[in-house]
Amino acid sequence: MRNNSVIGWLLATPLSLVLLVFLVAPIAMIIVVSFWGATEWSIYPAFQFDNYQFLLTSDVTYRVFLNTFKYAAMTWVFTLLIGFTVAYYLAFHIRSLTWQIVLFLLCTIPFLTSNIIRMISWIPFLGRNGIANSTLISMGVIDEPLEWLLFSDFSVILAFVHLYTLFMVVPIFNTMMRIDKSLIEAAADAGATGWQTLWHVIIPLTKPGIMIGTIFVVALVMGDFITVRFMSGSQSANVGRMIQNDIGLLQYPSASATAVILLITVLLLIGTLLRFVDIRKEL
Amino acid sequence: MEPRPRSFYVLSAFFVLFLIFLYGPTLTIGILSFQGAGGGLTFPMRGVSLHWFRDLFEQQAVGDIWGSFSRSFILGLMVMVTTVVVSVMGGLAFRKRFAGSAILFYLIITSLVIPSILISLGVGLIWSQSSLPVHWSTSGFGAQLTWTLPFGLLIMFAVFNRFDRSYEEAARDLGASPWQVIRHVVLPIIAPSLIGVALFGFTLSYDEFARTLLTSGSYNTLPLEIFGMTTNVTTPVLFALGTLTTVFSLLVIATFLFVVWILNRRRAKQGSDAGQGMV
Repeated sequence: MRNNSVIGWLLATPLSLVLLVFLVAPIAMIIVVSFWGATEWSIYPAFQFDNYQFLLTSDVTYRVFLNTFKYAAMTWVFTLLIGFTVAYYLAFHIRSLTWQIVLFLLCTIPFLTSNIIRMISWIPFLGRNGIANSTLISMGVIDEPLEWLLFSDFSVILAFVHLYTLFMVVPIFNTMMRIDKSLIEAAADAGATGWQTLWHVIIPLTKPGIMIGTIFVVALVMGDFITVRFMSGSQSANVGRMIQNDIGLLQYPSASATAVILLITVLLLIGTLLRFVDIRKEL
Repeated sequence: MEPRPRSFYVLSAFFVLFLIFLYGPTLTIGILSFQGAGGGLTFPMRGVSLHWFRDLFEQQAVGDIWGSFSRSFILGLMVMVTTVVVSVMGGLAFRKRFAGSAILFYLIITSLVIPSILISLGVGLIWSQSSLPVHWSTSGFGAQLTWTLPFGLLIMFAVFNRFDRSYEEAARDLGASPWQVIRHVVLPIIAPSLIGVALFGFTLSYDEFARTLLTSGSYNTLPLEIFGMTTNVTTPVLFALGTLTTVFSLLVIATFLFVVWILNRRRAKQGSDAGQGMV
């Protein structure tokens, strides 16, 4: 048993080293620097609470955090609805395993291509003279091009849903595939309608998958800065962009203080979600 | 077979719409990258040409695309190999109960959910404060591993959850050493999943943006180069580049899937015929 523990540690050493140097140390560094001071062109070691005081007493901080939560909540709702429906279709309506695998792969391949290019690819669709506007005009639905299609909250949420629905489909599909089909037959035999089976059997059994998908989507949206910057045309802000702005101005201490608060927020959220699911068991 | 319920057709339509939503925009820029020389970023097409692809090969038009591509490619391979090796070792480690495994597990989850910009910022700060030069192959490489390793490990957990330990016991009963058990029994069984880990390692690295932003130094990786282009390039050359890298990603994915398919086929062929009833 003792021997086992030693081998376990040896095997885990490379992993621990990478996480120590590139995860734990950077977090520690950010915490330290968040107490430092900054001039216009340099930063200096100190132990002051100025950065936090400025952050926590500024209206902007609260507005930006609220906006970040809004993005996370809206993206979560849409990715969950779409992801659940797609996973349900693949797991319960496609009858051959080969087709299930083929269609599932079709859903996951975009995840392995570049996010930035997938964002860029919305421009010809949503632009002022884009496909959406010209189609709507030629159909006579609108007279003037819609201005809010691109560079707005609408396009930000659309891009988030486009990028991250996969993260809902995959874990939900994984959990659904493990549901014993005889339970569904039993529900049908007991006289349940399709909706009742869905509501009282499938959804409760799919909860772990929904939780894992939620963790992914919430973490990705909360920490994002590039999608919001690109899709809002720099007109909306979230916490990630606030950090990035400070970095651009070389204000590393204030960027670090914002980063610490963001990290605490994300970890609290994810920690709460983790109480509802045992990730290792569900894989 | 029982007839399909009506919900099947409704959901099929929904699924098709979902696929159009997923692939439509990418296909659109694929078409638009063949825009004629006078064309713009949206329809209508003004003729069909390879003009914008030709532009990509001219340095002054777009900057150092090919340099950044080769850097991204090499970095992708480095991250891929490291991710596979470290994930397998980590996966094997977690099968044994060792002190601190719970902490390590939570670190992996943290690595997965931590906002990417924090890694970028933290690693950048450490490097700049210790006067080390940030470079894509050192700080950039490590920063990317914090994103690819959690995926590799989650896949390994999934694999070992389904792993039948009786194969190993059989090997041990036949006198195999621990290393022989891993080399000749465990690794061949998990090989197809390792291809999956490799695929994730390469493509996640190849497309990674946020974690390399402050950690790659003066030589850009391809996603950084593309992002730089979005702010100052307003011609379809952007779409041409997008189309080329997407095609490259698809080729990589196809190659990996093909290897998995070959492995599975060979395995099916070489499999034992015990219990098949032939005497």
